[in-house]
Amino acid sequence: MADVLERVTKIIVDRLGVEESQVTLEASFKEDLGADSLDVVELVMELEDEFDMEISDEEAEKIVTVGDAVNYIKSRM
Amino acid sequence: MLQGKVALVTGASRGIGRAIALELARHGAKVAVNYAGSEAKAKEVVEEIEQMGGEAFMVQANVASSEAVEQMVKEVVERFGRIDILVNNAGITRDNLLMRMKEEEWDDVINTNLKGVFHCTKAVTRPMMKQRFGRIVNIASIVGVSGNPGQANYVAAKAGVIGFTKTAAKELASRNITVNAIAPGFITTDMTDRLSEDVRTEMLKQIPLARFGEPEDIAKVVSFLVSDAANYITGQTIHVDGGMVM
Repeated sequence: MADVLERVTKIIVDRLGVEESQVTLEASFKEDLGADSLDVVELVMELEDEFDMEISDEEAEKIVTVGDAVNYIKSRM
Repeated sequence: MLQGKVALVTGASRGIGRAIALELARHGAKVAVNYAGSEAKAKEVVEEIEQMGGEAFMVQANVASSEAVEQMVKEVVERFGRIDILVNNAGITRDNLLMRMKEEEWDDVINTNLKGVFHCTKAVTRPMMKQRFGRIVNIASIVGVSGNPGQANYVAAKAGVIGFTKTAAKELASRNITVNAIAPGFITTDMTDRLSEDVRTEMLKQIPLARFGEPEDIAKVVSFLVSDAANYITGQTIHVDGGMVM
């Protein structure tokens, strides 16, 4: 399961240009990691590709923190 | 000018859309020729593009349906590997005086001319964002700026397209996707051939350049807006109307 967090973290670091240490489960994409709405949409798109799954718009709207993303992906695997 | 670029033109079997498809192909773009009902006409456009050594294929979809549009965009990306240019051109008219206009006439025009633009733009946004490149051109109408009796539905849809263009331009600019609109004036097509001689004579008086436009007049502005020459233009509505509305 740590593997999911690792893969998610790598995508966030690449996309948002933040330090790996900033990417904690509690970190909010917008509040803590400096993402704007479009960045979050793009992150979700990349997560879909990385984990080969479709995340509906309704589900995507609920993803606020790194932990939300990780939990959602785990629940679908 | 557009070598290696992939374009999707909606409503490309006839009129302005047809001219746009041919013009983009002439500049080297691979073109997906969308049509709703005129299959034979769409086939002619594809054949004409192939005859000039270009690449094209036809794809049926009613732009008012989100499922059909998603399927269409998927098909284009599967076939050509990417999508660089979207021209939202598909449009219909159901003219009637406001007092006589049926709800159905209103809905039909809004669904195709406005909602269709939303569906198509939304569907291409994902691949364009990933590519960090996209050129979207919406074919509005000069009546969306000026108003026109008998066309409340059409005018509302076209004015809506102009507002939509500005919003999409602002949302997508950071991803190098430009969104512009063209507002054609009186262009000779099947749509305008239906008008009576009186109406045509009356309209001619309002055009400073004293002639009706040709579909190619619009197509050339589209090819400009999707070319590198227009990289710094977004959110604009270009009037191509012989000076009718200033």
